[in-house]
Amino acid sequence: MIFTALLPSLPRLASPWLAMHIPDGFLNLPVSLVCWGLAIALVALALNRVKATYKDRAVPLMGVCAAFIFAAQMINFPIPGGTSGHLLGGTLAGVLLGPWAGTLVMTVVFMVQALLFQDGGLTVLGANIFNMGLVGTFGGYYLYKALRSALGFQSWRAMAIATAITAWTSVVVGALFCALELALSGTVPLVVALTAMLVWHLMIGVGEALISLLAVSYIWRTRPGLIFDPPAVAAPRYFPYRS
Amino acid sequence: MTFSSRPAKYWRFWLTGLGSSLLIAGGLSSFASSHPDGLNRVALDHGFDQQAAVHPPSHRLPFYHWFDGYALRPVPTPLATPLAGIVGTLVTFSLAWGVGKITVKPDPAALEAPGSEPPP
Repeated sequence: MIFTALLPSLPRLASPWLAMHIPDGFLNLPVSLVCWGLAIALVALALNRVKATYKDRAVPLMGVCAAFIFAAQMINFPIPGGTSGHLLGGTLAGVLLGPWAGTLVMTVVFMVQALLFQDGGLTVLGANIFNMGLVGTFGGYYLYKALRSALGFQSWRAMAIATAITAWTSVVVGALFCALELALSGTVPLVVALTAMLVWHLMIGVGEALISLLAVSYIWRTRPGLIFDPPAVAAPRYFPYRS
Repeated sequence: MTFSSRPAKYWRFWLTGLGSSLLIAGGLSSFASSHPDGLNRVALDHGFDQQAAVHPPSHRLPFYHWFDGYALRPVPTPLATPLAGIVGTLVTFSLAWGVGKITVKPDPAALEAPGSEPPP
């Protein structure tokens, strides 16, 4: 085929898919459907919650947050061992926008990647939204909130530490979910999938933590009032956009 | 509550945010590592990379005529990925903004008569 013949000469940024994006063919139908079900349910819940509780001023940050996460996901950073990784962004979106608007933002990012750029399969889009988005926006947000509460909710230092730890954790947990889905689909044995995914994503998570921390600290310094749950010391003259 | 200076500040905020995202997608993407990423590496190491569909459903979408992965087809190689990144960033930004605009209800403080909107 012409396409296959041309393939070696085509300059490829990396591979047909990037990072934890699962391509079509890796997951079987039942696993894909369960992931679709989970993703649709949580996105529908997020739509309702955003409608009910968010205010106007969240909208520009939703746009900017989505644009940044899309752009940052294109930048694969090298990790030791001839592998690379990139930001997933679920935790970043959850911290900046809260779990509900954060979820909508991540869903938009993965839809654009799958529809426009064939990055991540369409049949497994539910799984990708779940592993890389919802694990970070929901799991990440509530872990971040718990850590912040434990460390002192109103201090920036607590917020920074919570962001970094949560970002790292969300990548590792997302990778574990991905491994589990691959194993349940019969693609690769569970132990193999878990160890292999873990080895790389323990390191990729460090990049996630650094980038998320950088982005959150930039917003905190420039527009603290836009953050979902800003520390009280951040800027009393701004009003949180949540009702 | 005074919101008089807010619109200008918002403009600056989202223009800076969108601008830096465009710079990252357009400028930095050429320097991205071309090593296989996490899942890709695992698939290669454990021999299931061939299971990826050769003709996935996304190849039947009209966008496939324009984008081969993160590469804009009709332009020379060095520009293909940066341009795809710029298009993708703009599309993502607009879609997320649009989703927000549709779902989020207008801020009562920004309306003519504050407090005139009863809570649902």
